[in-house]
Amino acid sequence: MSTIALNTSSAVGKAAAGNAEAPVRIAVRDLNFYYGDFRGLKDINLDFYDRQVTALIGPSGCGKSTLLRTFNRIYSLYPEQRADGEILLDGQNILSPSIDVNELRARVGMVFQKPTPFPMSIYDNIAFGIKLYERLPKSELDGRVEEALRKAALWDEAKDKLRQSGMSLSGGQQQRLCIARTIAQKPEVILLDEPTSALDPISTGKIEELIEQLRSEFTIVIVTHNMQQAARISQFTAFMYLGELVEFGPTTKMFMNPAKKQTQDYITGRFG
Amino acid sequence: MVALSQERLVTSADAPARRSPPPSFDRLFRLASLASALLVLIVLLGIIGSMIYGGMPAFREFGFGFITSTVWNVNEDQYGAWVAIVGTLTTALIALVIGVPLSLGIAIFLTQLCPPWLKRPVATTIELLAAVPSIIYGMWGLFVFAPLFANYVQIPVSNIVEGMPMIGTILYARTPSGVGILTAGIILAIMIIPFIASIARDILDQIPSVLRESAYGIGCTTWEVVRNVLLPQAGVSIIGAVMLGLGRALGETMAVTFVVGNANRLSGSLFDPGSTIASRIANEFNEAIGLQLNALMGLGCILFLVTFTVLVLARILVSRVKVG
Repeated sequence: MSTIALNTSSAVGKAAAGNAEAPVRIAVRDLNFYYGDFRGLKDINLDFYDRQVTALIGPSGCGKSTLLRTFNRIYSLYPEQRADGEILLDGQNILSPSIDVNELRARVGMVFQKPTPFPMSIYDNIAFGIKLYERLPKSELDGRVEEALRKAALWDEAKDKLRQSGMSLSGGQQQRLCIARTIAQKPEVILLDEPTSALDPISTGKIEELIEQLRSEFTIVIVTHNMQQAARISQFTAFMYLGELVEFGPTTKMFMNPAKKQTQDYITGRFG
Repeated sequence: MVALSQERLVTSADAPARRSPPPSFDRLFRLASLASALLVLIVLLGIIGSMIYGGMPAFREFGFGFITSTVWNVNEDQYGAWVAIVGTLTTALIALVIGVPLSLGIAIFLTQLCPPWLKRPVATTIELLAAVPSIIYGMWGLFVFAPLFANYVQIPVSNIVEGMPMIGTILYARTPSGVGILTAGIILAIMIIPFIASIARDILDQIPSVLRESAYGIGCTTWEVVRNVLLPQAGVSIIGAVMLGLGRALGETMAVTFVVGNANRLSGSLFDPGSTIASRIANEFNEAIGLQLNALMGLGCILFLVTFTVLVLARILVSRVKVG
């Protein structure tokens, strides 16, 4: 118990302290989510701050991925899933039917559990997403692809094989390609759904470093099963349990001095 | 240890001892199953062998001309396969041109767009289409479809295109009877749709949903997801599915014989009657003797070779599904 506390505290030390002064980017208001008749999220109220990393933690089935999937309305691919309440992105309710979901998804990028390179070249994997929304001359497109690959720390490894298939990369590289693909669209928010769960420790480390760097430009929400990871890379943490938000606060406080006993039990590994 | 063996003794005394069959039985069983498996191979080789043997006299008589000659004259004992080969390829090609887009449309609708309650009815209907015997397609094609096709397509189209270069030949019906190469192609298209559609559906179903989600996740519309991500991901397997359909279209006999018109000459028009290898064989086998029979065997050889190659290629491509 004491060693765990010690570990987490040293891990927390690495990430910058949460900045509650930052403006709110996403505000969730009375959000309920339904899979058919099952209520997967219950009256969630939560703020996500601009250019901060917020980690969603909790045991499997607690609704953290569900919550993440409402921010780009990817759940709407499945007719039996629906959300009610409000999610305000820069003050605009993205759950409103008048929102163009494709445009929303260009503003709110998502990276999934498993790397999902598209069946095309490394270059096209990134250019494809840009070309959906912008008409650029070739030279400018090249620049954007390079910029995205550099930001995703993949440029040095990929620059000599841009024409090769995205599948030819290793798992960790593929995941960075997916991140590059996402940031190439210049989104405002990046959603990461357990982005390292399929990766080895070294690749995981690289992705975590990357997230730390991306924070200066993007608002990041990450779902993770790995408590250490949440402590290392996030400024804010939300703990969820059975579809409810149990506690939300700066990561330092959540890990050092949680307000609720349930949070402490989960963080110290007593359940979940 | 002692206690354990004692216990075992007790139980074995109570329960009836297991009487294992003699080891020779197992050997027999193995032989029997091996024989069943080999039988298929023997039958296949037997068919190939007898076709080649039967066709040999025709190949020897006409040489390479057997394939390239357009003459098929029973009275003068002159046989060339070219008309039938062209007919077979043309009808199959028409079937693919019409059938593949429709099949892909069905598969994409079923896997990507269909509301859950509609999935089963549509899928079942497609499968039922595969269960319709080909003679039914033939009868329907000849008695129902062909007259309608003659009245509402052949005659008006012929009137419009008459005199135009190229298209005036390809789509001009001298005798608008409804039967012909194009009619056969259309009937074949309907027949191969269930095969291509159901295989394509299975292939698309195997693509992990997370790939689809990430394509939607960067803001693709459904069309962009299907066109740029799902179909390329399915890639060669879809081509395999198409080739399975092609294999069926090439060899289909009964329905085609009904509606192809069975003419022994080459025509530039898709509306004109023609014949395919299979329909030619079906038409003439009954009364064939001597060299004519050998020529039909030779035709069979050619068809067998073509369909076999297509099907083998198709199997190889379908089995190479690349998943995620």
